[in-house]
Amino acid sequence: MSEAIVVTDGLTKRYGDQLAVNDVSLTVRRGEVYGFLGPNGAGKTTTLRMLLGLVRPSRGRATILGARPGHPAVVARTGALVEGPGFYPYLSGRDNLRVMARYQGVAEALVDDALERVDLSGRGRDAFRSYSLGMKQRLGVASALLGDPELLVLDEPTNGLDPAGMADMRRLIADLATHGRTVLLSSHLLGEVQEICHRVGVIAHGRLLAESTVAELRGASTVYVHAEPLDQALAVAMKVAGDDAVRLQDGGVHLELDAGRVPDLARELVASGVDIHGISPAERSLEDVFFEMTAGERPDLPEGSGG
Amino acid sequence: MTRHDIEPTRAVAQSVGVRGLAASTSAEWLRLRTWPAVWVLVGVWLALNLTFAYVLNYIAYATGSGNFGTGEVTAGLLADLLPEAIPRVYAGGLPMFGGAIMMILAALAVGSGFGWGTWKTVFTQRPSRLVAFGGTLAALAVVLVAILAAQLVLDFGAAMLIAAVESQALDWPDLGELARSLGGGLLISGMWAAAGVLIGILTRSPAIAVGFGLVWSFVVENLLRGVANLISGLEYVTDALPGTAAGSMAGALGPAAGSGGDAAPGVLTVLSGGESAMLLTAYTVVFLVVAAILVRRRDIA
Repeated sequence: MSEAIVVTDGLTKRYGDQLAVNDVSLTVRRGEVYGFLGPNGAGKTTTLRMLLGLVRPSRGRATILGARPGHPAVVARTGALVEGPGFYPYLSGRDNLRVMARYQGVAEALVDDALERVDLSGRGRDAFRSYSLGMKQRLGVASALLGDPELLVLDEPTNGLDPAGMADMRRLIADLATHGRTVLLSSHLLGEVQEICHRVGVIAHGRLLAESTVAELRGASTVYVHAEPLDQALAVAMKVAGDDAVRLQDGGVHLELDAGRVPDLARELVASGVDIHGISPAERSLEDVFFEMTAGERPDLPEGSGG
Repeated sequence: MTRHDIEPTRAVAQSVGVRGLAASTSAEWLRLRTWPAVWVLVGVWLALNLTFAYVLNYIAYATGSGNFGTGEVTAGLLADLLPEAIPRVYAGGLPMFGGAIMMILAALAVGSGFGWGTWKTVFTQRPSRLVAFGGTLAALAVVLVAILAAQLVLDFGAAMLIAAVESQALDWPDLGELARSLGGGLLISGMWAAAGVLIGILTRSPAIAVGFGLVWSFVVENLLRGVANLISGLEYVTDALPGTAAGSMAGALGPAAGSGGDAAPGVLTVLSGGESAMLLTAYTVVFLVVAAILVRRRDIA
């Protein structure tokens, strides 16, 4: 779990005087689902392209599966879907995958399995150009799955999918992870990342703002106490949770407190004669954290391009 | 990006490269031979060739119209329509019309991949960029050879039919001359296809590539050749243009040796056969090397 299979060090891409990606250093460990989270235009796609060897960094370096991006030995062990699946419009979905199977030198028989996994078997013989956005996206994922790669780099894999398709895609990704594959996916959907990713990197304006587990990012859970008298409740709360973990807000007391210590808090409050009207856990969503993090962030330079 | 854990040895890299080239060629061949655009272009070229090399000339001969109706000229016209004449007729349409078709084909095959995003997909499969690009070139070469072979078969069919209808003796062409003619045709087509590959890569757009290529081969070169008559020194440039080399190759193989048939448009006699062969080869190599460098170095958007 701890072996790093993607490492970037100060990765930077400059287009003219625009910094699309600015000094990004991230680490993806073997077997995890890593969410690359950021608004549109934050530099997610450009970073992924650099990891796949499609785009040359202006500065910094990346190591992927132990070698430089784009090295054939690395590319063979990586499955990729990059911003909008690119296939031959006149070929059927199945024939498109046959072409890619030939490029990879893997058996064409694997194509039907891949179509099956993304639920496209029924439409495999229709021309790619007749596909809906969601179907194109699923074909892109099927192509990434060909050859059973160790590492999957998926750029907005749920883009264009309907809710059922999104749920299927999340299940597929979770399934890949349980089978020991590593998944690096980008998304602008916080709920999705919160649900399936072990760790996340938050990027905005080309800069990596944070990198940690979802739980760490969301921080300690908070507890809201509505009790009277307020000053006495505050004193008890400070005794239980520590002076710095307590603040007065909304006519009650907010504590940063582990959920397991709520009974202690209740007991102390009752013992000191405070009337408790309510104690409720208030968990921050990743969305709250994300907006807090990106609100203060202003680009040092004109906003980066590239999704 | 200095040292890394996995750097295959040179020998391994080479064997991976050979296998990758074979894999890439078969992949690209699969998608080219199922592409309707390829079949349309092949059909257009074969129809053009048949029409202008045989059908129209035969009608002119059979009706005795045009060409002042002198017996000598009509006899020459018939001579060019018989199997024996194939070596000098075969490459006549290639410098301009056939070449333009080959260029369009190559520019479409290479340029479309940028708009469709298929280069991006291909470059994330397994083969390195150069190997994958090499596979595209190899598959295009297969298509090219197939087109030239189909044209040869069609020409023989037409010529034999005319010989039979006109009760002419079936004289077979000299095999050496035929081989020379096929080689010349391959050099001309290969050069124009290589030009198509380069502009397809340069412009990253099939439409611009095709438009630019056609304007160059049909308009710019002819204008330059026209102006070269007025400005001394310019002919050194125009004598070395791709179209001049292609036209001179057809001219060296073609009707100059034969009888009364008019040379097709674009057929020139500026350079000798040897000179044009060298120039065509040089252009083909330069176009492909520049294209390969661009493929290897540029970011794929």
